[in-house]
Amino acid sequence: MYTQALNSSDGDDRGVEDVARASQFQARIDADERIEPNDWMPAAYRKTLTRQISQHAHSEIVGMLPEGNWITRAPSLRRKAALLAKVQDECGHGLYLYAAAETLGTSREELVDAMLSGKAKYSSIFNYPTLTWADIGTIGWLVDGAAIMNQIPLCRCSYGPYARAMIRVCKEESFHQRQGFEIMVTLCRGTVEQKAMAQNALDRWWWPVLMMFGPPDQVSQHSDTSTKWKIKRFSNDELRQKFIDATVPQAEFLGLTIPDPGMKQNENGNWVHSPIDWDEFKQVLAGNGPCNRERLAARRKAHEEGAWVREAAMAYAEKRKSRQLAQAAE
Amino acid sequence: MAVANIEVSETPLVLYALRRADDALILGHRLSEWCGHAPAMEEDMALANMGLDLLGQARELYTYAAKVEGRGNDEDKFAYLRDVRQYRNLLLVEQPNGDFARTMVRQFFYAAFADLYWRAMMASSDPTFAAIAAKSEKECAYHLRHSSEWIVRLGDGTEESHRRVQNAIDDLWAYTGEMFAVDDGERGLIDAGIAIDPATLKSRWLKTVTGIVNEATLALPKSDWMQQGGRVGSHSEHLGHLLSELQSLQRTFPGATW
Repeated sequence: MYTQALNSSDGDDRGVEDVARASQFQARIDADERIEPNDWMPAAYRKTLTRQISQHAHSEIVGMLPEGNWITRAPSLRRKAALLAKVQDECGHGLYLYAAAETLGTSREELVDAMLSGKAKYSSIFNYPTLTWADIGTIGWLVDGAAIMNQIPLCRCSYGPYARAMIRVCKEESFHQRQGFEIMVTLCRGTVEQKAMAQNALDRWWWPVLMMFGPPDQVSQHSDTSTKWKIKRFSNDELRQKFIDATVPQAEFLGLTIPDPGMKQNENGNWVHSPIDWDEFKQVLAGNGPCNRERLAARRKAHEEGAWVREAAMAYAEKRKSRQLAQAAE
Repeated sequence: MAVANIEVSETPLVLYALRRADDALILGHRLSEWCGHAPAMEEDMALANMGLDLLGQARELYTYAAKVEGRGNDEDKFAYLRDVRQYRNLLLVEQPNGDFARTMVRQFFYAAFADLYWRAMMASSDPTFAAIAAKSEKECAYHLRHSSEWIVRLGDGTEESHRRVQNAIDDLWAYTGEMFAVDDGERGLIDAGIAIDPATLKSRWLKTVTGIVNEATLALPKSDWMQQGGRVGSHSEHLGHLLSELQSLQRTFPGATW
């Protein structure tokens, strides 16, 4: 669905193996060339991207859970098909993001294990619960909307496989976003109860969605290297502002109130939000969000309960191979 | 939960369409329960895909049933506002997912039938059924391929997978006979060339199933006792729970548009 804290990188090029190659590498980046898997790259660039792409993949896979929670209860067959297709898209995003990460030299199994062990992060937004059908609309509208803001610049990311994956992901995300907004339109034009459901969902998701863009620029670290490497092109606050400015008129159209009474428009036309509760963000990142434990437990359960299936598939493939070899030898 | 069930005029043709629609919806719903919880991401994709195919088939069949019935019902009323006794699906498709072996065996038994069934229905004298059949046949052909491959992998995989898939076959076997049963109303449709006689598919179905089961080093049960009742609304206990989940919003907020 999206990745968060795009500003994290693994330091500068102090660990770079070869100064001459490093400066050639930087020259290619400066010339807007794409870096491909077989090209030389600094170890820190490889590490930063492996982490960012795999976190993004983990987010897609964990992100299937909150929405998956409503597939069996979707209120019409049309909504059910759309939601199932959407969650399936997210799984597809996860798969090709893992494949993109693998081009940097770490296997999908290792990356998944890091997520299941709790070592690797995924987006904090998926640690919030989906309580009503309006949450499905709100996730599409706001969470996917925020994801698009984050991911459009990544289509021009310096690393080729990631940039190309993002082009496809963004197309699907924008479809999801329109679908989510359409759910909200239907609810807001519906009964009093449905409208209240929509407002309540916005109330619960608004602040966590703003946190998706990561900590404010003044306290965020490491973004210099990612910017220099053209992995990151806009700061957290810039993206957050773009998102808010795009969202305010949409909320107005829906007749919903953004749960920030202090929000004001400045002389440039930007909507200035009230302070964000970064303690909540830190708590969720630290594992104390409402659903952190459940999400990880659900992923671990699927992984563990599927182990015998994967083992059987491997065992069968081995048997078949040895039978074929025996046949060829005859 | 005070929304009344709809009334359905179950003429033979309406009932015929509803039975097949219910099969597809209930099996599609069961597959959708896996989403996000499958043994591998590739299977999350595959199960969702097959679930979507079945949901699509259900929607077309419900829409056709509504048109034939002509009483203002629609796909959502059929799906969301009929209770257990009004559902007409096979007992097989409502059986819980269980482990992956059970889900695959259920899928395999059904797809081996549906593949033949829809291919034969392409010759229906009813153009809507023939059109739905042409699309469904392509889908069910790959559902059969996918589940057959898993039956073989699991049967000829490890001791554990062999045991699990054999258990599933033993438990689900008794629900396969219902696929081939015909009542008087359906007999009339068969005579009119609208429907095909499923009994004519039985030997080919058994051949497909036996072939795969043998290849998988598994065995079919000796018992030929078959459970029936789904087609007339006498279901297992499982369907009520499935429907209470599926229908919860429609039942809680009467008359709302979603």
